[in-house]
Amino acid sequence: MRKNIPALILAICLLALWQGIAMIINAPYILPTPVQIIIRLWELRETLFLVQLPATMSVTALGLVISIVLGIFLAVIMDMNKMIENALYPVIVASQTIPTTAIAPLFVLWFGYSIWSKVLVTILITFFPIAITVYDGFKGTSREMEELLITYGATKKDIFLKLKMPQALPNFFSAIKMAVPLSIIGAAIAEWLGAQSGLGYFSKRMMTQLDGAGVFAPVVLLSVVAMIIVGIINILENKIIKWRKEL
Amino acid sequence: MLEFKNVSFKYDEDDYKMLENLSFTVDEGDFISIIGKSGCGKSTVFRLINGLEKAEKGEILVNGISIEKQKNYSAYMPQKDLLFPWRTIEQNICLSMEIQKKSRSQMHEKAEEMLKEVGLWDYRNKYPKDLSGGMRQRASFARTILSGCNLMLLDEPFSALDSLTKISLQEWLLEECKKHNKTVLFVTHDVEEAIFLSKKIFVITDRPVTHFEEVVVPLSDERKREDMKRGDIVELKESLIKKLRQEGEA
Repeated sequence: MRKNIPALILAICLLALWQGIAMIINAPYILPTPVQIIIRLWELRETLFLVQLPATMSVTALGLVISIVLGIFLAVIMDMNKMIENALYPVIVASQTIPTTAIAPLFVLWFGYSIWSKVLVTILITFFPIAITVYDGFKGTSREMEELLITYGATKKDIFLKLKMPQALPNFFSAIKMAVPLSIIGAAIAEWLGAQSGLGYFSKRMMTQLDGAGVFAPVVLLSVVAMIIVGIINILENKIIKWRKEL
Repeated sequence: MLEFKNVSFKYDEDDYKMLENLSFTVDEGDFISIIGKSGCGKSTVFRLINGLEKAEKGEILVNGISIEKQKNYSAYMPQKDLLFPWRTIEQNICLSMEIQKKSRSQMHEKAEEMLKEVGLWDYRNKYPKDLSGGMRQRASFARTILSGCNLMLLDEPFSALDSLTKISLQEWLLEECKKHNKTVLFVTHDVEEAIFLSKKIFVITDRPVTHFEEVVVPLSDERKREDMKRGDIVELKESLIKKLRQEGEA
């Protein structure tokens, strides 16, 4: 708790600065104050919490789960076979050069306003850090430990289950912590570009009404949700990886 | 127990041979140390026995059967303890048994017996990070014994320990090997350690290794630390150091 105090002080200072500047500018449709955003968040609580947040979270959750499965699958097959690694790795990296905001409207054309157009954008943004980080975890396996297992007569499956998987677990958690905010950003971008509900869509709608605080309110909500999820993952990580101090 | 028949070996990345037509025999119950300067091929011999490297020529037999036709014939204890940090001490020492698909109850029974024997019973649920260097080496030794193989290959297992821990572990190792009636090949840089532990010492003096110079240690099985001060032992130590120095200078 104590180590978080400097971050808390800095956050309060930045918010105070924002409040001061916004009050001086006095144009809430461009730059609302943090207080105005919180008030708007409260005013819009019903639609934000009961309609828009569940819509965004279902895109995020679906996109994240598929990304985790896809990312781990890619990491495993790249680790298993050098030829697959040589073929896949450049393609995976190239997939990240695709400008998501440019391609997302195409997904809307393909899948309409269904959840899948948004899920696809989320996957495109999220699977990459999972695949690469977990793959790096597998590659970072101690050669000496692997050889020790071989001297015990271990099969490839034994080596994977007893060495590579547990050794890559910290990488897996790092990947998830990166992937959660990215999946939320992905879902929000997709909603901005074409949706009928969700926090991204709602923020865009508020923009057309020149409601500055209304634009910021869903963004603040998204940030808070992302921080809570990452916090929960941190707690889980500390519970599961008790041996971490050694690494 | 172990037989090398005209074994030759070269690492792919090297342009010289490590071993050439090397032949030697280790009898059941022997405790043999291999000494030689760094990079002379001591660990290569272990890698060949373990099957981690394949001989270019020749044959390696354990109990009269080629190692290529068998599994689980040797137990290897590396220089680093290589305890898996995510496993508790009990889970670590069960590793080889897990791979051999032993039943849970069988593993637990053997682990309990061994942990009590090596004095780590109270630490069975701790992680390696919670143990001292000496305790970790004892856990690593317990894991090696529990692999169930009679031939043990110990690769400088005490080299990273402080001298007091090293001395007590050497005495402890002698007792354990006697108790379990194991055949041990022990790689070390430390001449005194080799004399104190072994019945015989194989000295590597040439490169590529074509033969081991065999030295019989004139100490009984009931040896004590004080025996190391005996005139003939001091002389043996000096002559071995001289041999290794000569080889280093050559």
